[in-house]
Amino acid sequence: MTKSTVLLLSLLLAASAGLSLCLGSFPTPPLEVLGALTAPQNSDITFIIWELRLPRIALAILVGAALAMAGAILQSIVRNPLASPDVIGITSGAALAAVLFLALLSTHFSLHWLPFAAMLGALISALLVISLSWKNGINPSRLVLVGIGLAAATGAGTTLLIVISDDAAAMTAYVWLTGSLYAAQWKDVEGILPWLLVPVPICLAFARHADAMALGDSVAEGLGVPILRSRMILLACSVALAGAAVAFAGGLSFVGLIAPHLAARLVGRNMARLVPASALVGALIVLYADLLGRVAFLPKDLPAGIFVAGIGAPFFVYLLHRTRRQR
Amino acid sequence: MLNSRTAKSLGLLLAALTALAAFFASVMLGTTDIPLASLAAAVHHYDPTQIDHIILFTERLPRAVIATLVGASLAIAGALMQTMTRNPLASPGILGINAGAMFFVVVAVSFLPLRTPADYVWAALLGALVAAALVVILSRGRHGELSPLRVVLAGVAVTAMFVSFSQGLLVMDQQSFESVLYWLAGSVSGRDLSLVTPLLPLFGAAMLLSALLVRHANALMLGDDMVTALGMQATTIKLLLGLIVIVLAGSSVALAGMIGFVGLIVPHMARGIFGIDHRWLLPSCALLGACLLLLADVASRFLMPPQEVPVGVMTALIGTPFFIYLARRKMTSQ
Repeated sequence: MTKSTVLLLSLLLAASAGLSLCLGSFPTPPLEVLGALTAPQNSDITFIIWELRLPRIALAILVGAALAMAGAILQSIVRNPLASPDVIGITSGAALAAVLFLALLSTHFSLHWLPFAAMLGALISALLVISLSWKNGINPSRLVLVGIGLAAATGAGTTLLIVISDDAAAMTAYVWLTGSLYAAQWKDVEGILPWLLVPVPICLAFARHADAMALGDSVAEGLGVPILRSRMILLACSVALAGAAVAFAGGLSFVGLIAPHLAARLVGRNMARLVPASALVGALIVLYADLLGRVAFLPKDLPAGIFVAGIGAPFFVYLLHRTRRQR
Repeated sequence: MLNSRTAKSLGLLLAALTALAAFFASVMLGTTDIPLASLAAAVHHYDPTQIDHIILFTERLPRAVIATLVGASLAIAGALMQTMTRNPLASPGILGINAGAMFFVVVAVSFLPLRTPADYVWAALLGALVAAALVVILSRGRHGELSPLRVVLAGVAVTAMFVSFSQGLLVMDQQSFESVLYWLAGSVSGRDLSLVTPLLPLFGAAMLLSALLVRHANALMLGDDMVTALGMQATTIKLLLGLIVIVLAGSSVALAGMIGFVGLIVPHMARGIFGIDHRWLLPSCALLGACLLLLADVASRFLMPPQEVPVGVMTALIGTPFFIYLARRKMTSQ
């Protein structure tokens, strides 16, 4: 059942990626796309497919997967289906660092350093959240609340920077904050890949611990799980994934919140299955959001984040309502 | 904490004097300081050729009035919300009510020919109502109880939703960038006094109603049964208090955009000084809330001149440490 679900999701993702390859401001018939993919020539179509659409689609998939996995891990750590990297301030820390970079340092450094700035921001805010909520270990609800507080402060900092910087820089920063995959390149894909390849196996290795902790700290302790260590390692995975996604695509909100929910309804809350399923669902969400942004309002190329929030937020409200009634 | 009636009365008097001083500071201080003499002159015979007088009446005075109104309203709204939900972290900002009002205002201003706060305050009230209803629906447990962490998370999710919608509007329609940013960041400046006065009855009515309900609010703290003992349905009281919160928070947003944390911090300060009795709590919240926002606004002029820091940013920076302190202290017991 669950294996076939994952397989089905993968097939769906592949088909959607194919669809996305064909569509754009310059629609391409599937056969021509296939031709350009298998036998690249020195033509416009090859350029559009290989240099414009393919990297963008690949980045959308990776970013969506990273955000969704970060959310799935975080929700299991704090045992709350409402937590996500954007709620507890990891994303907004990354955003603050990125806007700081855009507003103050972009004249001195090239934009290639932006991902590193964002990653550093995510790391610092995660460390702050952990240290501020530390009180004889980490209590999940305290972690969430402190994160919310920190998110408010970093959000205020971001607003301040946008208000005081000049209009052009402010607008760039704002588009970035909304979350956009515009002008994605292969080196972005190469840049984000390691940040998925390292945390994912670690997190899968700790999946059993996470499942045990989901039953409550005392049960997990009884089963011999080193709670604090496992929690910290899983948290580090979540931060790395969320930070990487934000670094390369800006503040796409709601993916980390809704993708794990959807995946959990398909495969259940067992971590070893939930993480891959979430990754696929998240990738699908971002892929379609970006596709909509590219083709729905031509010639405008709108940030994917608008559509993620536009579809994700009402859907999230619906989900929340459903889960309440079921319990 | 002040215990006797005399001490509390003196405390309130002191708070009122501080608020008055903060009001005068807000009117007089800024990039151009206005001396007391020219303030008096401007009040007695206004002279439109004098720059001091123009600044005073078009910029400083409306600003101080808005800060006073909004600060007092948000603080009262926060106190009532904390009473209703029995949650120390409840406030119009945290629970998404400000964000709902803000989004509806942004939509109204972008798509409808509404230009003055008196026109779009209705949109703000509707938005506040929608957000409040959403949060209540989302956070109710099986037996209708509001679990504290869930309320806060639902509020944050609702806030995130409305803020990202507004950001989406902003990115799609870059013409309105400045104005949307104004709502998102929160500011008490740049409004004419004539735009404020039509909203005064709304603020006045809500505050009057809250004054009439102090006994019921006190009873509500002890439990729903106590309200019934006063001869009223607990649900009726909650709905009335909710209405007050929505009117106060919605009108505040229509005037000044999203200003967070005033509704969170001030009630806790007021409770620490005056105790939990709403007869003292609500007036002290009003005075201290006005003080806080007036002072935050004055400070925002001097933090990084010549730029002004949006006052919503100021309150968030002041409020966050307090929020984290509360989260660490009050939420550990569960």
